[in-house]
Amino acid sequence: MAALEDEFTLSSGVLSAGPDGLLGVEQSNKTDQFLVTDRGRTVVLYKVSDQKPLGSWSVKQGQLITCSAVCNFQTGEYVVVHDNKVLRIWNNEDVNLDKVFKATLSAEVHKIHSVRGTEPVLLFKEGAVRGLEALLAEPQQEIEAVLSDGEVIRWTKLFMVFRHPVLIFITEKHGNYFVYVHMVNSHTLSKYTLLRGQEEKSVIQSFTASVDRKFISVMSLSSDGCVYETLIPVYPTDPEENQRVVSSLLLRAVVSGSAPSGVALTVLDRDHVAVLGSPLSASKECLSVWNIKFQTLQTSKELPQGTSGQLWYYGENLLMLHGQSLTVIPYKCEVSSLAGALGKLKHSHDPGIQVMPPFVNWEASQGDGLGSQHAEQPRRILRRRKIEVSSQPAVPPSKQLLTTIMKDSEKHIEMELRKFLAVKTPDFHAIVGDLVTGLLGRCQVEPSFCPRNCLVQLIQTHVLSYSLCPGLMEMAVKKTDVQLLQLCLQRFPDIPESVTCACLKIFLSIGDDSLHQAEIDMESVFDYGDSVQGDNVAAPVDVLQNGFSPEGDTCLSCCQEVPAKPQDAAAATPTCPVTPQRAALLNAILHSGYSEAFLLPHLKDIPAQHITLFLKYLYFLYLKCSENATMTLPGIHPPTLNQILDWICLLLDANFTVVVMIPEAKRLLISLYKFVKSQISVYSELNKIEVSFRELQKLNQEKNNRGLYSIEVLELF
Amino acid sequence: MRARAHVGPGRREARAWSGERGAAGIRCVAYNNQSNRLAVSRTDGTVEIYNLSANYFQEKFFPGHESRATEALCWTEGQRLFSAGLNGEIVEYDLQALNVKYAMDAFGGPIWSMTASPSGSQLLVGCEDGSVKLFQITPDKIQFERNFDRQKSRILSLSWHPSGTHIAAGSIDYISVFDVKSGSAIHKMIVDRQYMGVSKRKCIVWGVAFLSDGTVISVDSAGKVQFWDSATGTLVKSHPIANADVLSIAVADQEDSFVVGTAEGTVFHFQLVSVTSNSSEKQWVRTKPFQHHTHDVRTVAHSPTALISGGTDTHLVIRPLMEKVEVKNYDAALRKITFPHRCLISCSKKRQLLLFQFAHHLELWRLGSTVATGKNGDILPLSKNADHLLHLKTKGPENIICSCISSCGSWIAYSTASRFFLYRLNYEHDNISLKRVSKMPAFLRSALQILFSEDSKKLFVASNQGSLHVIQLLEGSFKHLHAFQPQSGTVEAMCLLAVSPDGNWLAASGTSAGVHVYNVKQLKLHCTVPAYNFPVTALAIAPNTNNLVIAHSDQQVFEYSIPDKQYTEWSRAVQKQGFHHLWLQRDTPITHIGFHSKRPMHILLHDAYMFCIIDKSLPLPNDKTLLYNPLPPTSESDVVRRRTAHAFKISKIYKPLLFMELLDEGTLVAVERPLDDIIAQLPPPIKKKKFGT
Repeated sequence: MAALEDEFTLSSGVLSAGPDGLLGVEQSNKTDQFLVTDRGRTVVLYKVSDQKPLGSWSVKQGQLITCSAVCNFQTGEYVVVHDNKVLRIWNNEDVNLDKVFKATLSAEVHKIHSVRGTEPVLLFKEGAVRGLEALLAEPQQEIEAVLSDGEVIRWTKLFMVFRHPVLIFITEKHGNYFVYVHMVNSHTLSKYTLLRGQEEKSVIQSFTASVDRKFISVMSLSSDGCVYETLIPVYPTDPEENQRVVSSLLLRAVVSGSAPSGVALTVLDRDHVAVLGSPLSASKECLSVWNIKFQTLQTSKELPQGTSGQLWYYGENLLMLHGQSLTVIPYKCEVSSLAGALGKLKHSHDPGIQVMPPFVNWEASQGDGLGSQHAEQPRRILRRRKIEVSSQPAVPPSKQLLTTIMKDSEKHIEMELRKFLAVKTPDFHAIVGDLVTGLLGRCQVEPSFCPRNCLVQLIQTHVLSYSLCPGLMEMAVKKTDVQLLQLCLQRFPDIPESVTCACLKIFLSIGDDSLHQAEIDMESVFDYGDSVQGDNVAAPVDVLQNGFSPEGDTCLSCCQEVPAKPQDAAAATPTCPVTPQRAALLNAILHSGYSEAFLLPHLKDIPAQHITLFLKYLYFLYLKCSENATMTLPGIHPPTLNQILDWICLLLDANFTVVVMIPEAKRLLISLYKFVKSQISVYSELNKIEVSFRELQKLNQEKNNRGLYSIEVLELF
Repeated sequence: MRARAHVGPGRREARAWSGERGAAGIRCVAYNNQSNRLAVSRTDGTVEIYNLSANYFQEKFFPGHESRATEALCWTEGQRLFSAGLNGEIVEYDLQALNVKYAMDAFGGPIWSMTASPSGSQLLVGCEDGSVKLFQITPDKIQFERNFDRQKSRILSLSWHPSGTHIAAGSIDYISVFDVKSGSAIHKMIVDRQYMGVSKRKCIVWGVAFLSDGTVISVDSAGKVQFWDSATGTLVKSHPIANADVLSIAVADQEDSFVVGTAEGTVFHFQLVSVTSNSSEKQWVRTKPFQHHTHDVRTVAHSPTALISGGTDTHLVIRPLMEKVEVKNYDAALRKITFPHRCLISCSKKRQLLLFQFAHHLELWRLGSTVATGKNGDILPLSKNADHLLHLKTKGPENIICSCISSCGSWIAYSTASRFFLYRLNYEHDNISLKRVSKMPAFLRSALQILFSEDSKKLFVASNQGSLHVIQLLEGSFKHLHAFQPQSGTVEAMCLLAVSPDGNWLAASGTSAGVHVYNVKQLKLHCTVPAYNFPVTALAIAPNTNNLVIAHSDQQVFEYSIPDKQYTEWSRAVQKQGFHHLWLQRDTPITHIGFHSKRPMHILLHDAYMFCIIDKSLPLPNDKTLLYNPLPPTSESDVVRRRTAHAFKISKIYKPLLFMELLDEGTLVAVERPLDDIIAQLPPPIKKKKFGT
């Protein structure tokens, strides 16, 4: 995680920082030493770890340093320009700047750049570029003008790209911005016009840039408070032609544009930028670190004494003028381990959601981030052009789909959705949740709108859960859409008991005709044979329940209670009391998870005749179960015996007082009672046998015990 | 084949390998990285050397000594092995001749700890009187160099800094850090006595380890593993890991993991793990607990690929680190070595006697008899129980190295490290009279292996000088016939002997130099079996054919024809096809080979968990066939039986099996050693509450 550490100030007394801040802070050839140039006459060399100056040099009174001092990394000398044209070169031993090497140039210098691995490069105000050595060989050489009249250099930076220095500078003329890329070694210059989209009217306040193999990414902070990114190829395809580059929105409204002392932006690493300025909500100035990949604010630090709107970043230190003193804030971005992050987040997760863990592909999202962004950049821009109505400069496909959902026809949405589902993006599960919420939102507004197919598609992605889209099942319950409900019951891991119960009510009450029309997943239902509702032709079959026939029960008293009518046997015959469609729906209920305490109160609301029907069905399943030795039902994914028995108990617990009063349920209750009784007697028999078995086992062990010494007969092969 | 098996004498009698006072627990282990060997010392003073490259075979052992309880064991430069113990002596072992090279008193009272310098040229001992003594290791001895600053109480643990400049010494209640150059203590780090609020009387620092970054890790009797900064003498981190003592610690050479053993029988693995991925900051994390022991883990060692632990429960456990194992073969399996890889029982076939060798005595038993018959698996009623005929105690403090009874039962010989004993037995009905043959020659001071010829006329003794003596036995006296001298230049001792039933051939094998066959009639070397990489675990010469059967520690079995001086056809066929993979994966070596006098095609071999009859006339099993095929029921047709039959008839009905031999055509004797009995003899383990309060 990116983090800003505690700030510390370098001693303030030496500097005479004006209201415009410092002229510049540059790296010295030793790490952790910086050359600070103020707007007056002084250059100070600071050692950051010691928080103290190592040396200080001033020009004569009347002279004025016009560009910040740099270190020539090849020689260790310092270079500064005063009075626009006078070049001074000195080293640590020199005391007086008047006595050091001096060269007067023929044109005004804008800035000296020095980076490791190359000699210092001078940029003249007219846009010409010279290496220091070449310039010193002939100081009075003619300097050509590159820029047109009225064109002013706003920002400049030197990069090393494959060991070649590349100077980039941005100029402004009448509110238009131009980017120049100068290859110092080959003296090729390419010019780009910076096209700006919506932010046309705003003024760019700060630039920063980073470079990778092929592109220079220039980021700009506009007065509207947004950060824009522009990609400029390092090697131009056609250097002669004046090309155009487009900037795109990177971060939205990070600072308010109207900061009193300006804002500053600097790139920290591939994923992070630091922004200096006052945030929208607060008036105080603030240093904030943003993650540009996830567009999140990582950390920020208030700077109550105000800044000069300047920010430098070298090594791991962010330097700025805070009040009157130069402040250093170390910045660290440790690669944090996923396990550590998950460990912290563990408690905040709903356990229900974790059944289907939303795996984020970290490889893809963290991998060559910049590269992939470049790859996507042109496409985004194109799309923006295409959809002119969109107010967003770069629309991710999900956003676009959401807008489609809001406006387009059902058919169109379906097509777009299919396209979208074909490509899995890293934050897929979140987007799917958004989409469903969007669809449901439109459903509520437009009662005629019913995107069933879309919803089915989305549910089948397996990433949805009840908590992601609570409205979905409510809507399905309202519309008695049994197919959708069945799908939800099968797919969602976290359905509340009240909703499960509402589903059960619908499944039990819905008419057979509407069931026949619905497309119901019949996977869990095995062939119930010739089971037709109300058809009592099936001959009564004696079912041996666990090898124990209730008919053979010796308990006379309970047998006498049972009216000996022929149709009595019907309860014991395995005829399914419900149609296969309804059976499939009820099986979905049986499979869903629940907690007894929460389910019981809701079960009491179900009408008695429905309870009886469900009980009959469960009893039928139980009979089917006990038909085979393994106590399982045939078919793919059938309800298990435990689920059946749990539900029988639950229903009876909740509704016993009601059910016991219903005449048609009496027979069922009696057979259930007999069933339990027979089970108890089976188990008591088994318990009796167990003792004998144990004795037998003991005898067997004794037989094998040879003792200390024995003679055995052994047949060897 | 149908045999009447005499099983037992089980429990008490078969306690052959352990001491009289119960099994000898493991006291120290020391791992040598160069030779991949592990030295193990037991509480009775026995030192064993295991070759981890040779399938964890116990290839050498030094007999124990009552007064020589080893407290520390270490390897030094040139793979020399030293031990130190409570008698105050430092002992060096001769790994070639398999005897004690010398013992030297350190004059500091009982020695509690010893460690070799990182270069292996110096030895440091910590004594009862609180002194730490530095010894220089010279090529043939060790030489006292100087004392370090004397401490208040005994030095229980020592560790060198890998650079050799400092040492850490664990004592009672504190750890001292010494500067080696000056010999003065530069830091004294006091260990907290309290543990979980309970103040113990004393906190004993059982082990210390000095890491190259200056960290000292200590383990103590309060159940803590603590990290100290030796530069400042401060406690850095404390891990309370046990309610009982933490007794031992061993650090890997890379210093990225270490292992500690506790008195609760648990072994904990600590690893140096990155705090976050990619970060260079690392910390020690307790990663894996192992519970392979029931009792105190007195000692641990850390080989590059495995954690090794041993303790009071007598098991040596080698637990490979799965992340370090490159090939998932059988070496990646956990090894638990409980039984000696030697045969400690001999039998007299003619008189049906068994001689059991214990640490300090011998027991002679006569097998019982029965008149009943029965079918397979029946236990027959005994008409006469087994008799305990003789209990022969040794004189002196030394353990018995080897023993043997002659086939006729009238001679018993045994040897300790310094004396050789030969007894003549006379049987008169139920009475036995025993007479020691006196005036043994001076060269017969110590024997590594003793063997009588089948006709009991000759005695073969492998002495630890590498020579083999042939002695003719007469009624009540003997005559030295010949001494086969070792090959010029070698002093390697012979550990295994086998004589052919006709008495013509004598085979002898050392720990590494291969098997030599001598002609006993002509008293000269007959031939040498081609050398093989793995040590020999058992040897025997078959009757009539004079084929020498050799079992190696990698579970290979060879048959070598002595008259032809070459491997037999069958052996070649086996090598060509290779053994069944399950056969090669057994983890105990074959300790005994026997033959059936009437069935020349059969070879009986056994290890601790199975016995096998190899029928050379049947086809060899390949990897697809079932190796352990149980006896097919007799109801099956002959065709089926024949089709499933292969040369290896394996039975696992007796285990752990210490000894098995064919007495005559129909009688087999097997000696079992139930593990429960070993455990029953151990002191009770630390009681751990399992439930509730």
